[in-house]
Amino acid sequence: MKLTDLPDSRGHFGPYGGIFVAETLMAALDELRVEYEKARNDPAFVAEFEYELKHYVGRPSPVYHAKRLSEQYGGAQIYLKREDLNHTGAHKINNTIGQALLARRMGKKRVIAETGAGQHGVASATVAARYGMECVVYMGAEDVARQSPNVFRMKLLGATVVPVSSGSKTLKDALNEAMRDWVTNVESTFYILGTAAGPHPYPMLVRDFQCVIGRECIAQMPELTGRQPDAVVACVGGGSNAIGIFHPYIPFDGVRLIGVEAGGSGVASGKHAAPLTAGTPGVLHGFRSYLMQDENGQIIETHSVSAGLDYPGVGPEHSYLKDAGRAEYVAIDDDEALAAFHDLCRFEGIIPALESSHAVAHAKKLAPTMRKDQIILVNLSGRGDKDINTVAKISGITL
Amino acid sequence: MSRIGPTFTALKAQNRKALIPFITAGDPGKGLTVPLMHALVEAGADIIELGVPFSDPMADGPVIQRASERALANKVGLKDVLAMTAEFRRTNTTTPVVLMGYANPVERMGYETFAEAAKAAGVDGVLTVDIPPEESAGVSDVFKAHGLDPIFLLSPTTPESRVEQVAAAAGGFIYYVSLKGVTGSANLDTEEVAQKLAMVRKHCSLPVGVGFGIRDAATAEAVARIADAVVVGSRIVNEIETAPEGECAIRVRHLVADLRRGVDAASK
Repeated sequence: MKLTDLPDSRGHFGPYGGIFVAETLMAALDELRVEYEKARNDPAFVAEFEYELKHYVGRPSPVYHAKRLSEQYGGAQIYLKREDLNHTGAHKINNTIGQALLARRMGKKRVIAETGAGQHGVASATVAARYGMECVVYMGAEDVARQSPNVFRMKLLGATVVPVSSGSKTLKDALNEAMRDWVTNVESTFYILGTAAGPHPYPMLVRDFQCVIGRECIAQMPELTGRQPDAVVACVGGGSNAIGIFHPYIPFDGVRLIGVEAGGSGVASGKHAAPLTAGTPGVLHGFRSYLMQDENGQIIETHSVSAGLDYPGVGPEHSYLKDAGRAEYVAIDDDEALAAFHDLCRFEGIIPALESSHAVAHAKKLAPTMRKDQIILVNLSGRGDKDINTVAKISGITL
Repeated sequence: MSRIGPTFTALKAQNRKALIPFITAGDPGKGLTVPLMHALVEAGADIIELGVPFSDPMADGPVIQRASERALANKVGLKDVLAMTAEFRRTNTTTPVVLMGYANPVERMGYETFAEAAKAAGVDGVLTVDIPPEESAGVSDVFKAHGLDPIFLLSPTTPESRVEQVAAAAGGFIYYVSLKGVTGSANLDTEEVAQKLAMVRKHCSLPVGVGFGIRDAATAEAVARIADAVVVGSRIVNEIETAPEGECAIRVRHLVADLRRGVDAASK
């Protein structure tokens, strides 16, 4: 079987993925699987999705040669896939449009979502407003506090934001709560899952909606540089921006695929969010994948300066690509990510999301090990306006 | 061999229905679980459902979530739950014990290792909430090979076409969750449940327990009229949570005795 043929009909990527949920959700997931299968083969659905990406999101997003940054980092040429220029400021909107169109097709008038940094919440609230649906967003209480601009954005867009105070009060707890809402309101409600994780068919359909990123790059890179890049680098929390750019590149053997996890205070400190780098396989949130867990199988708290990467699991396809050796995964700690954040601000005039800054930080390490005629393509998955309060606070500045 | 089948057979011979209370192991204290288990039996429990604490109980409502958090704060994990069951077995060799929890702690221990240890501790059945029959191939077989009954859920959203598949994988009894939603939700429509149970019984010869939404003797009686077993979770855990220190066992004993009267009233 080819790496690109996965998952199998029950959502397995080798030993990973699958459907690990309570009985109450089985019928809803089956309905979603069947409906998505019809939709993806329906030219009208595909055409509407593409129309929305072009006219509402502003796709294709450009690829930009970061010349000053490349010079500064002293090695390979760094190109940025500008997902930060999408409507709502991140790659998340690609997926929420796809899922909202599915929700409409299935006759669901209410959508729910979980969010970490708030980007997926904003993207969900946006499409709910766009298609006239009720929207409830679950967000960890800690994230509500550290991402207040996005909370206000969601409210402006008409969504209800529910702070979640259980557990570690971050993304994983928001996901638990969204699942509970879905179990309770399964007939009226469509769950817009924000990353390429969760029970089948979510990892597949989120990937499919995000693959527009990689497909555009495959066309854009030869136009700009005459060839495909030597390495593609993307940050990995749940892993949707990464799988969106990696997946179309899987058949390109000469292209290294490098996922960058959140190293927090350093992987050695144990305070991080890097399950592929330092975790073990397990079952959480409806799927099997690498997880951050203790010896008793309890999920442990994650740490990252970036709310969007602060998650103890990772999409199952990444676990598979790691084991298969097709993608490599590394960790970048908070300080390295912050330094890269400032680099991109100062050398290129781009304020990146802290999530995406992890990918830039790895390019900073990788570039000097490569020749000047080699190419690193970084997925700049989102813009950093939402993070200015966090960065100011770390710098000791009160806004 | 599991004690669950013989328990249902004996109850049926007496024209009685089973009462299955749930508590979370390690809540409110590590040392209180085994005494609570004995108290449940003395008050009329036929089978005990023992919750295995998990950090992310997605299918549970706030009451059982908090119980899980208290148990984890008391550092109670799967190994401790097995040790508690073994301790319970020193003086009770007849009441079936069903462990209820999530996949990951079991997965972490290893299904084979867990099944062996569970059997040795005196566990009779295992309900892993987030392992549906589709993902249980292998797991169910391992459990069955060790004489453990794999318990599965059916819900109001389960289509008739799936019931047979679930029944084929299941052992011991089928657990019908009578409401959509997480544990501890309100409202129970027994008429709707009765219709659904009739459909379930067409495809399944195992006894059927009904849980979710049972709060007192009256609701227990109503459910006992239509089901083979009455499962009560959040109501009991709520009693544990709100009981003044030292009164936990006595409060739970009163509540379960009341539920027992409700269940038995259905047989009269």
